[in-house]
Amino acid sequence: MKILVGVKRVIDYNVQVRVRPDETDVDLSNTKMAMNPFCEIAVEEAVRLKEQGIASEIVVVSVGPKVVQEQLRLAMALGADRAIQVETEDAVDSLAVAEVFAELVAQEQPGLVLLGKQSIDSDNNQTGQMLAGMAGLGQATFASAINFKEGCIQVTREVDGGLQTLELTLPAVVTTDLRLNEPRHARLPDIMKSKKKPIDVRPLGDFNVTAQNYLKVLKVQAPAQRQAGEMVASVAELVDKLKNQAGVIA
Amino acid sequence: MSVLVVAEHLGGVLQSGTARVVAAALQMGDGVDVLVAGHNVSEVAEQAASLAGVRAVVVVDQPNLASQLAESVCEVVLTLVDSYSHLLAAASTFGKNLLPRVAGIKRLPQLSDVIEVISADTFKRPIYAGGAIATVQNTAPLKIITVRTSAFGAVGQAAAAAYSGVSVDVNNSLTSLVSETQADAAGPELGSARVVVSGGRGMGSKENFALIESLAGRLNAAVGASRAAVDAGYAANDLQVGQTGKIVAPELYVAVGISGAIQHLAGMKESRVIVAINQDEDAPIFKIADYGLKMDLFEALPQLESALS
Ligand SMILES: Cc1cc2nc3c(=O)[nH]c(=O)nc-3n(C[C@H](O)[C@H](O)[C@H](O)COP(=O)(O)OP(=O)(O)OC[C@H]3O[C@@H](n4cnc5c(N)ncnc54)[C@H](O)[C@@H]3O)c2cc1C
Ligand SMILES: Nc1ncnc2c1ncn2[C@@H]1O[C@H](COP(=O)(O)O)[C@@H](O)[C@H]1O
Repeated sequence: MKILVGVKRVIDYNVQVRVRPDETDVDLSNTKMAMNPFCEIAVEEAVRLKEQGIASEIVVVSVGPKVVQEQLRLAMALGADRAIQVETEDAVDSLAVAEVFAELVAQEQPGLVLLGKQSIDSDNNQTGQMLAGMAGLGQATFASAINFKEGCIQVTREVDGGLQTLELTLPAVVTTDLRLNEPRHARLPDIMKSKKKPIDVRPLGDFNVTAQNYLKVLKVQAPAQRQAGEMVASVAELVDKLKNQAGVIA
Repeated sequence: MSVLVVAEHLGGVLQSGTARVVAAALQMGDGVDVLVAGHNVSEVAEQAASLAGVRAVVVVDQPNLASQLAESVCEVVLTLVDSYSHLLAAASTFGKNLLPRVAGIKRLPQLSDVIEVISADTFKRPIYAGGAIATVQNTAPLKIITVRTSAFGAVGQAAAAAYSGVSVDVNNSLTSLVSETQADAAGPELGSARVVVSGGRGMGSKENFALIESLAGRLNAAVGASRAAVDAGYAANDLQVGQTGKIVAPELYVAVGISGAIQHLAGMKESRVIVAINQDEDAPIFKIADYGLKMDLFEALPQLESALS
């Protein structure tokens, strides 16, 4: 079985983003970039499925400018077999990415598509569900466990009320949550070897992205800053302030 | 302008977030209808009909919607949504799972986690874990939006709106429900509690995490946790507060043994009063706390409990 994995390049999760003074966007110049953490989890899961003999080939895909090849190389160092870069200099939203993936699903015929549940830059949490809808596939979002059965998979999902397990016919779309696995680090020899693995670069124009762009970002602002409060010296002082100053406890 | 709100319900009870989504919906248009899809949902429909401002409730009550799978509910939404200008749901795991599927099929964009309505087509939403706030205009013929419920007050009760039953052909054969484990719901619900007490890695063990539960009980508070506490197995996954967990904005948030990573702050920094208890005076949580107590939590928590009893 072939697995298609989505890999997005985003700001490193440790970095606090800056807003441009003209409020048109965030400023990512000289910012440390990395693979979206949920995509790391998706790559790791695919690699584990290959190690278990369930997957036969892992194809990683990123939609973006040339620099996304860094993240595709990393995914191949971690165990992916080949990569597709869908090249565009323009910002693409989740809907366009989902359309690209829908076309790739038709071309590559994977048994499973693994995406992150959320990009930590846009915080959209949309692409997997949009793709599943477009491609007419079942979806299991926020996965914390995946088990293969005969011709189907069972996926445990982290939902607001607790946990839910679904059974899905294959092919299907699964999006990863934090507790699905703990991603490994790439080893130096594997990083060297990944340089020989192929990246197929294809312009976005080769894809039939039909969705009109209805969204326009008018402004990007820094959030209201919270004032740091005061340090209290004891539990008694804390309780007194909460009762008599903040009025939040009786 | 007319708005379809997808109601969220569990075990025959309307979830509190729906009243907040209706509040957001009323800022976008005045014809606000609520869809209740599920099985044995007549009481949910009644609860939805009594939300102030609701024009009508559409009830789709059939056995093949019992597990409310996204694929099935999506089919229902698709049969109804064309006569509306807006489609809304809470930015809960239910809404986040369902609405983008509809958006994908309609080839329309979605705005996730809207926190403010500027006008019927312009909205604010946080990006980068709340590190920036984007103002976005959406000119799509159908605006698909998930609402961050903590950013909107709930509508009150009013005389019951009309409701109509509809039946829809649902053909989902892609997915089925195998099992569900509900976390035990002691105390108020995390998303709407007036007080939240959260524990982090500093709690050290699942046994020690009981100190958080006990303090929460004393304050009639909901229990929350950092990702580190959930990953370590001290607390259940549905208690995680943060960028990728639940977003809360209670009157009082007490963070115990939590350092204050941006991903955690993203889930609680809109709380009215924040208290931090941490033994490290350099912990970033103190930069946003209204009241900081630098102390070993194993000393502070028992003292706090006895001071409150
Ligand atoms: C993609 C991604 C998504 C994430 N999403 C979330 C999210 O939604 N929510 C979330 O919370 N995190 C999230 N995180 C993780 C986040 O980055 C931090 O790792 C996490 O919040 C740390 O949890 P913590 O504060 O409990 O642990 P730590 O950072 O280890 O802090 C523990 C604190 O406890 C204090 N302490 C220890 N012992 C005591 C004691 N005896 N008395 C008093 N204080 C003590 C320490 O001084 C320290 O400040 C995410 C990370 C990533 C990469
Ligand atoms: N530009 C992209 N290239 C590749 N995969 C992407 C891209 N954008 C989103 N994805 C995938 O979709 C997931 C969810 O993203 P989002 O819906 O944008 O929050 C990510 O974790 C990726 O797996």
